[in-house]
Amino acid sequence: MLTVTHLTKSFTAPEGGRVEIVRVPQFALAAGEQRALRGESGSGKTTFLHLIAGILAADSGRAEIDGVDMVALPEAKRDRLRADKLGYIFQTFNLLQGYTVLENVLLGMSFGPRGADKAHAVEVLGRVGLSNRLGHFPRQLSTGQQQRVAVARALANRPKLVLADEPTGNLDRVSSREALALIREVCRENGAALLLVSHDDAVLAQFEGMQDFSVLNEAKTSRGEGTSPTKTKGLA
Amino acid sequence: MTLPLIIYRSLRQHALSTIITAGSIALACGLLMTVWMVKTQAQAAFVSTSTAFDAVLGARGSKLQLVLNGIFHLEASPGNLAWSDYESIRKHPAVKTAIPIAVGDNLRGYRIVGTIPELFTDVEYAAGKKYALQSGGKIFAAGEREAVVGSFAAERLGLKVGDTFHPFHGLAFDENNQHPDLFTVVGILAPTNTPADKVVWVPIKGVQTMTGHDARAATDVSAVLIQLRAATAGFMLDMMINKQGNRMTLAYPVGAIMTELFGKISWFDRVLALVAYLVALVAAGSVLASIYNSMSARQRDLAILRALGARRRTIFGAVVAEAASIGLLGAIAGYVVYFGLLAGIASVIRVQTGVVLDVTATHPVLWICPLAMIALCALGGAVPALKAYRTPVAETLAPVS
Repeated sequence: MLTVTHLTKSFTAPEGGRVEIVRVPQFALAAGEQRALRGESGSGKTTFLHLIAGILAADSGRAEIDGVDMVALPEAKRDRLRADKLGYIFQTFNLLQGYTVLENVLLGMSFGPRGADKAHAVEVLGRVGLSNRLGHFPRQLSTGQQQRVAVARALANRPKLVLADEPTGNLDRVSSREALALIREVCRENGAALLLVSHDDAVLAQFEGMQDFSVLNEAKTSRGEGTSPTKTKGLA
Repeated sequence: MTLPLIIYRSLRQHALSTIITAGSIALACGLLMTVWMVKTQAQAAFVSTSTAFDAVLGARGSKLQLVLNGIFHLEASPGNLAWSDYESIRKHPAVKTAIPIAVGDNLRGYRIVGTIPELFTDVEYAAGKKYALQSGGKIFAAGEREAVVGSFAAERLGLKVGDTFHPFHGLAFDENNQHPDLFTVVGILAPTNTPADKVVWVPIKGVQTMTGHDARAATDVSAVLIQLRAATAGFMLDMMINKQGNRMTLAYPVGAIMTELFGKISWFDRVLALVAYLVALVAAGSVLASIYNSMSARQRDLAILRALGARRRTIFGAVVAEAASIGLLGAIAGYVVYFGLLAGIASVIRVQTGVVLDVTATHPVLWICPLAMIALCALGGAVPALKAYRTPVAETLAPVS
């Protein structure tokens, strides 16, 4: 499903010079597999997910999704591939605040190959327990409910691969456990592979297939330095 | 549904600036269309009104004043002609019809014009249209103290057949200058949408011999309205009366004189149009500014859309389409402004001149102007759209880890 080979990304540091953030020689995820990556803040794991999703353009290497190399694609085709094959769950949910719950999900679907399918969107929202919140705006929901909208949005397009970036980072312990169970269950139901990154041991403990990103990533980005670039050549 | 939804939500989120911007566009669009239509409609209406007669003969003076006085019942007469002048022009072989008029009195501000019954029986006020009376009326008899009242004047004065009135001296109403002569309304004209509608018509003798008028002018006329047998005859009469003579003026051709008038006052509508163009530019600028200023707040949304798979050109298109939508809203509201202004102006023109503008008339400017405004707004939206196009997704979606 996902094969990463010699994937690298560096940014220009504020004081000049290049700082390498990601150098992943090899990584693979089978179809339907669920894998967790442990990584501390600033370890480059979000950048890694962005490279896989084509949100960022890699400096070199390959990130093949269903045999299509995301890195080699021009930006417009990366956008298309992302819309077609990927679902992305953000730590901060990244819901569109001016749109209703249903519209958030429909918009997520509309860029994909099947287009906005209201019946399916309603069904997916029902699956995550939000049937009675379709017309609500994100600000009218609890944090846990917002997370469920994000999950529904990521999965509504029937993606082959779901990337989850600290998906429970903003939730309390109970909500976190519930959300994670939901994500895994819905991914399983949809036959989607799941790649989750987190620094939360409680989350990571629920995965059999857990890997340490600091081992995977040979860029050796030191913890706490952060990877927020001030100048981001190649940003999508 | 994607694009309409994005546009709709964005407009809703910035409702206040949307309304203000669309309002300024509506003003600009409505103003431009109104200026254009009033100009073309007024010109067409005034020129067509003046087509009943080919020329106006009057005392030596301004041709325009003669036309305004004789045809439009505006302005004062430049002087009088002797009845013999009327008779000689009436008998001229080039003249088909000659209608004398005498002015100098009013009925509570509505002009009283003395003329002969043939105006109503022989003359077409527009192609194929003769004056008609509303039921129960008749044309006044020459020499009698009778009146036929134009439809608009009758409505405003509340006159009906059988009513009587005392005229007031002068063209402007002064209640202290009432004549003792008593006239009886014998007919109300059917509406003609011409200046005749706001005139109180009486036999020419009625004006000439009105109590208090100078007895020496008892046979004088203010002007003679002329229909020619052939257009070429007008140039011959023009040569004879205007160039070789020095006592009278022949205003010919009437249509050209009115066109010349509009040419002289065209600076006014050019100024109005310039103001409207400036308003349009400011409106387009405000579209640019309002969307551009909101871009910072919207960058996260745009980045999320990009992360969901929206392409750059989709985002660019959405912002341009949003700007165009503001233009569209403004253009639609512009029609409301247009119809409101045009109806008001048409009403004023009707009250002042009797000329009726067709507020339902169509003209290419009525679709060119709104489309141009929408295009201008879309163009204004291209600048913030470019900013949206360049939204750095990963950076905007921070925090990263």
